[in-house]
Amino acid sequence: MNSLHFALRLLRRDWRAGELRLLATALVIAVASVTSVGFFTDRIERAMARQASEVLAADIRVESNQPIPEAFIREATRRQLPHASTLSFPSVILHREVTQLVQVKAVSNDYPLRGQMRVRDSITAEDQVAEGVPASGEAWLEERLLPLLGLALGDEIKVGKSSFRVSRIIVYEPDRSANLFRLAPRLLIPIGDIPETGLLGPASRVRHYLLLAGSPSQMSDYRVWVEDQNISGLQVEDIRSARPELRSALDQGGRFLRLAAATAILLCMVAVALSSRRFVERQSDSSALLRCLGASRRQVTRIFILRLLSLGLVASLIGVMIGLGVQTLLIQLIGDWFTTQIPTPTAWPVVSGLVTGILVLIGFSLPSIIRLGEVPPLRVFRRHLAAPPISYRLFLLVALFSLSILLLWQIGDDKMALRLISGLLAGLAILVLISRLLVYALAPLRHLTAGSWRYGLASLSRNPATTTIQLTGFGLGFTVLLLLAIVRVDLLTSWQGALPADSPNQFLINIQPDEVAAVRELLAKGDIETNGLFPMIRGRLVSIDGDPVSLEDYDNPRAQRLATRDFNISHALRPQDDNKIVAGRWWSDTELNEAWFSVEQGLAETLGIPLGAELEFEIAGIRVMGRVESLRSVEWDSFNVNFFVIGTPGLLAQRPATYITSFYMSAEKRPVLHRLIQQFPSVTALDVTAIMAQVRAIMDRGALAVESVFLFTLAAGLIVLYAGIQASHELKVQETAVLRTLGVKRSVLYLSTMLEFALLGGLAGLVSAALASAISFSLAQAVFNLPWEFNFRMWVGALLAGALCVAVAGTLASRSLLNTPPLVTMRKI
Amino acid sequence: MKFVDTSAGRIDILQGIDLAVSPGEAVAILGASGSGKSTLLGLLAGLDQASAGEVTLFGTRLSSLDEDGRAALRAGRVGFVFQSFQLLSGMTALENVMLPLELSGHRKPEQAAKAALSEAGLAQRLHHYPSQLSGGEQQRVALARAFAPNPQVLFADEPTANLDAHTGKRVADLLFKLQEQSQTVLILVTHDEMLADRCDRRLYLRDGSLENEA
Repeated sequence: MNSLHFALRLLRRDWRAGELRLLATALVIAVASVTSVGFFTDRIERAMARQASEVLAADIRVESNQPIPEAFIREATRRQLPHASTLSFPSVILHREVTQLVQVKAVSNDYPLRGQMRVRDSITAEDQVAEGVPASGEAWLEERLLPLLGLALGDEIKVGKSSFRVSRIIVYEPDRSANLFRLAPRLLIPIGDIPETGLLGPASRVRHYLLLAGSPSQMSDYRVWVEDQNISGLQVEDIRSARPELRSALDQGGRFLRLAAATAILLCMVAVALSSRRFVERQSDSSALLRCLGASRRQVTRIFILRLLSLGLVASLIGVMIGLGVQTLLIQLIGDWFTTQIPTPTAWPVVSGLVTGILVLIGFSLPSIIRLGEVPPLRVFRRHLAAPPISYRLFLLVALFSLSILLLWQIGDDKMALRLISGLLAGLAILVLISRLLVYALAPLRHLTAGSWRYGLASLSRNPATTTIQLTGFGLGFTVLLLLAIVRVDLLTSWQGALPADSPNQFLINIQPDEVAAVRELLAKGDIETNGLFPMIRGRLVSIDGDPVSLEDYDNPRAQRLATRDFNISHALRPQDDNKIVAGRWWSDTELNEAWFSVEQGLAETLGIPLGAELEFEIAGIRVMGRVESLRSVEWDSFNVNFFVIGTPGLLAQRPATYITSFYMSAEKRPVLHRLIQQFPSVTALDVTAIMAQVRAIMDRGALAVESVFLFTLAAGLIVLYAGIQASHELKVQETAVLRTLGVKRSVLYLSTMLEFALLGGLAGLVSAALASAISFSLAQAVFNLPWEFNFRMWVGALLAGALCVAVAGTLASRSLLNTPPLVTMRKI
Repeated sequence: MKFVDTSAGRIDILQGIDLAVSPGEAVAILGASGSGKSTLLGLLAGLDQASAGEVTLFGTRLSSLDEDGRAALRAGRVGFVFQSFQLLSGMTALENVMLPLELSGHRKPEQAAKAALSEAGLAQRLHHYPSQLSGGEQQRVALARAFAPNPQVLFADEPTANLDAHTGKRVADLLFKLQEQSQTVLILVTHDEMLADRCDRRLYLRDGSLENEA
């Protein structure tokens, strides 16, 4: 006999008979949720990487202070790589009698290769994507130049020997964000007009760039080629990090989506375990008959395993198809945020979905199904002979193994996965213990109660194994659902709260100390509120605990950059509201003259600065030393002014500083800003409205994506509910028929069924509220960095909802039993 | 011999049984409820093992085989008919009959199963599920399933006990017709004296021992 062929025929028959539908549905949901989230996050992450290229406006960028050799451009053309040339230098421009230092950028026609420029045709017009670059003789410039030079669009400006007509306002420039705080106002002109300006003398401070785009392998090949040319003074840059303000929202969202997919898997695992147990009970006759008709134990086992694996494969493929459809919807939700095209799906999520389906089956179904080969053939005569009881040790071991692999793999965050696994294991132990206690506690009550109560309680205490399985199944199911609901609400609330409508959208930097009072007054007059004006001191980190800081000490490119650049340092009486001291303590009012620093946690980790370390900074030629007294976490995506390093006023107040502030300014208050810039020409104003709009959009769409994926978890929850109720179905068939034959009224049986399920559901709800609170507390603290608070209403809600859902669903599911004449039921037994 | 050990001591179920059945013979085993008839049937079919003594099937001592060996010995050569029919509820009549044929590697299981069901007068019921068939029809499907692979031995456990007298007679007629056609050894456990009368030999199981009845 061909076991596979036979198994497939049996599978077809099983499917028709509805035997495996529950198991298959659970698998389809698990795989669909993993695949849709997999496809979605994979595509978004690749789109993010591509969008991160905007920091360079290219995938790689060759930079030099000498013109880029022609050979480099020829090589790029030969390799058919899209390329563009830019150059950048500071220069003074002239309008009428007013001069202004600007950062001139000259670009070739194909600029930018990645990302898009956004421009405005007038001060009040909506911004739009720039098609192409300025035409010859035209210049685009940053809005703050208009008041500084008293310019209007259409006016002429003088750059070197040439004149340019100002035609557009630059709103957003892809490769600008890398140096948000350092640049003088931007002026953009075509690269072909540069020679006529006569500005490029041998000593001019020009940076030349060659921008290139292509696949990662093309980029890496080109990079190798450049390095082989061995030309000094050349640098090849690639993308190292996307914008941090978006990354944190997206990372958090991605983590939540993976958690949601993992919880859907967890629920499906519970459903698969429950329905497999029922499948074994219902297939025991079939197994005994097969053995009786001459099938060997191995053959029977093989037939059932092949049947199961075929089912797993088919269900997983269906799940993958559904996942593919759902991710298309999710991508549509969020996709238009990306200025780059979202990459097409890869095959990896398909593999991941199929492996998930098979692993869920192996972990939660196989240990039960294997027992079918052990059903004694004599069962055909003696129905009480059943498969040997499952080895719980083996079951737990296999289940734990596949659970751990799946969660660690799917969540992709060991800390979160381990917390979830340990929480669930503890939950499992507690639920088993409570169900045992329940069975013992109910036994004496059976004799003290009467009617419906007695039958309901008896049903729970008479079948301890089924009660344990149901309570554990419901309990784990509710726990996971509640957990996700809590984290989801916390996350959405925190996203909505992260960027309120009045978040700062303007920065003023380079305010001189003697201008602080006047700037403050001007802003107050214009009815613009700030969080304050903060001193900003430029300083270079020279040593940590006496060890000089050098580039070679760090492998990480971010650490290398940080180690060699000037820091913005500040001094303050108290930490900002969005800062949290995570180690050590902030200084008190009596300690303001101590030589102490407070360092941002991420910086401390990157540069290896422990609490208590002695830091030495060089500030305007003077060495300043102090001890790290505290480490802080900072909400960088709040758009408030924040600093990596803050010192005590006593340590830094005497050092030369400029001031910085941020505030929210509505569009109609733009004239206030223009006045301010005219009055204080050295103050630099930066408008981050466009970046903020992007952050808001991503959070709104992300919230929708989160809600969509949550639906999978809800569907999986319903499957668990159904599977849990079905777990006692066979027992109920017999009991109900006997009780009704003996004359027990249907109303009494209805009530007893309702009581039995309400008790199970209520208890499961209560335990799961406790478990979900504990796990969510742990995740909120360690993984999502979200605030957590005890929610009493959730406990009451879980108790009532658990009792109500299980009672209603259980009673509805038993309705056919209660309504069918007992004789009909007895005949079927 | 078959006994079980309990906390109250050993209980002998069957003892001193000596039975040989010739090819083509139909043997009825009668006995009161709990006399051990089904236990004896289980032992003869190799579904259970004797505590002492020997059962030989097709010239092979069953004690020399493990459970899988005994199953292999049965495959395609032994048929069963049960009191409760034992049809698989998820399968149609045709699929139930195909089951032993597929297990024994029959080349054309569907064709053979259809022929067996036609023989049982169920040609119009091929695609019905057990729940859509009457008790008599279900047992006829079970007979078709038992005879379809042309077994050498058929074990029948109270095949008419769940049926009314009229239906029971029709099923019994079919059983004996098929047995005669195929010259299969029939070992029939029953309470029904009339059914037992239609066998070549009647044995009575009393106090665990088998007695010949004239």
